[in-house]
Amino acid sequence: MDIPLSLPAAVPLSWFLILSAILFMLGVAGFLLRRNIITVFMSIELMLNAVNLTFVTFSYRLQKVDGHIYSFFVMVVAAAEAAVGLAIILTVFKNRSTLEIDEVNSMKL
Amino acid sequence: MQGLLFLTFAAIAVICAINLVLQTHPISSALSLIGVMGSLAVLYLLLGGEFIAAVQLIVYAGAIMVLFIFVIMLLNAGAEKRPTRKVLATWISLPLLFTFVALAAVLIGSQVPRTEAVTFGGFAGGTTLSVGRALFTQYLLPFEITSILILIAILGAVVLARKEI
Repeated sequence: MDIPLSLPAAVPLSWFLILSAILFMLGVAGFLLRRNIITVFMSIELMLNAVNLTFVTFSYRLQKVDGHIYSFFVMVVAAAEAAVGLAIILTVFKNRSTLEIDEVNSMKL
Repeated sequence: MQGLLFLTFAAIAVICAINLVLQTHPISSALSLIGVMGSLAVLYLLLGGEFIAAVQLIVYAGAIMVLFIFVIMLLNAGAEKRPTRKVLATWISLPLLFTFVALAAVLIGSQVPRTEAVTFGGFAGGTTLSVGRALFTQYLLPFEITSILILIAILGAVVLARKEI
């Protein structure tokens, strides 16, 4: 795989997929390394965004709109997930007064 | 021109994502995530996804991130006290993740031919018209089920936010 020194006229399709892989990896790293429950949740959103980019890229490749529909559904599910997840975070904070995920280690109080 | 646009916004996305992982304060992470989402919206436009780009900005960078920042401010979340996890976990997990992404890049580079390229305007099927048409004909059942999902999410949020839980 040779890296071109000058900018190509058209962007190779693989660059989009590699960017998506990098963003997904950074999301996984944030999920594993962060302690704050809100930052962990934002890392999940980053991973969802990376997958969305893959969907839209393959939609371009196949010249079909289906990938856009899937990514639309991912966004809807992410919105619902954010509403419920943040409500859970609020409840956890109300009961335990902490946002550190390592201190939330039991189901019962 | 397209290569320059792609490289600029891909670099912004990657730098913002790295910043998201490195910052200890949640507000800084949230602002970085907004940067990632905004630059991804530009890349969607480059790929011909007009509707998805608009929805990305309105729903993701608008609604969801406002919810996040609202919760961060409501809980008065500060910076993390202890900087990071165990040193060993960090030193093993990061090289493993980098290996994974390098492997993925090599695989993608070898499987996708270099002649496959993205030109602006090469796909005109991502307009609101065509997305809406597909959504209300071929994908009508998932679309309707989505409304039930959102209803359940609303109910769940209301139940969780009650006083006595």
